[in-house]
This record gives sequence, C-alpha cells and structure tokens, in this order.
Amino acid sequence: MTKSDLIQELTQRQTHMTQRDVELAVSLVQQRIVSELANGGRVEIRGFGSFSVNHRPARRGRNPKTGAAVEIPDKYVPHFKPGKALAERVDCD
Amino acid sequence: MAVTKADLAESLFENLGFNKRESKEFVNAFFDTISESLAEGEQVKISGLGNFELRDKGERPGRNPKTGEEIPISARRVVTFKAGRKLRARVEANSG
Repeated sequence: MTKSDLIQELTQRQTHMTQRDVELAVSLVQQRIVSELANGGRVEIRGFGSFSVNHRPARRGRNPKTGAAVEIPDKYVPHFKPGKALAERVDCD
Repeated sequence: MAVTKADLAESLFENLGFNKRESKEFVNAFFDTISESLAEGEQVKISGLGNFELRDKGERPGRNPKTGEEIPISARRVVTFKAGRKLRARVEANSG
C-alpha cells in the first residue's frame, strides 16, 4: 500500500470528506510526526506503536575500500516500536 | 510529552477546520487502515515518512530473564519500520 492507496482507502471510508481533505489531513498527520521526531520528541499511538529517536554514539569505522580508519560522529536515528495490538494482529495466521 | 492521537486530532481541528468528531475519526481511520494492510500481509509505504515492512522470523532459543529457564521463542511475523530519507535527514540534522 502506498500513500496514494492510503488516501483512496480513507476517502472511501470517510464518506463525508473529499479526497482533497483526506490528502491535506494525511499530510498534516505525517508532518506532525516528522516534526515531533525532528525535535527529539516521541509519538505514541495506543495499539499501533510509538515513534521515538535513538542515539547512536560516535564510533570509529573503516572505509571498506581503503581500510582507513574514520571517526563517525554520534547521531540520532528515528525508531518505531510496534504496539501490542498491531504486533498481535500481524502475527496471527 | 509525547504526541498522541488526541494531539493529531487537535491539529486537524485547528488547521483544516474539521470538527472534533471528524478529526478524531480520521486519526483512528488513518492508523486502522495502515494496521489492516499490515495484518493482510501487505507492507505500507508512506513517502516522506517511511516504510512499514513485514519480516518473518524463525524460531530461536530464548530464556526467561527472571528464572534463566530456556524457552524457545516461536516463529513469528513482525513489523519493522524503515524511516525514509527525509525523516532520517530531519532527525539527524537536529542532533548537532
């Protein structure tokens, strides 16, 4: 399912909303999630899961081509942990 | 404080002029639709955010951390999230 499939599906479900409304709403939800994580925050959706930011400490890596040691600075990466309800729904066959 | 469904609904109400009930319903439908696709075994790609993918994991040995007793962890299907390039860049840009 792509974003446009999601928009189609939501337009069918939310019969009182136009496709344009749904597009705006999807993009706003997405923006809120992205900007919260960009600020180092968390997004918690009960049953679905939570988005957070993990810290990756600085480490010494190697250029795989030359073998030269390089310092890799610390960084932050986005993380998603599926919620219990989603994990159970996906796992049951 | 983490952003919740109520906060997302509030954003829709404030910025798009949906009423409170519509906003709440939309937020629920958004996450339900993604969950349903995953429950049907289909991954979900949201450009700008990332991909929700499915991985089938085989059985592996595990341990009860309290008792130390060995118990196998059964084979299962799990959701993994691969953040998109835009999201990774925005999160990383903030770390400096």
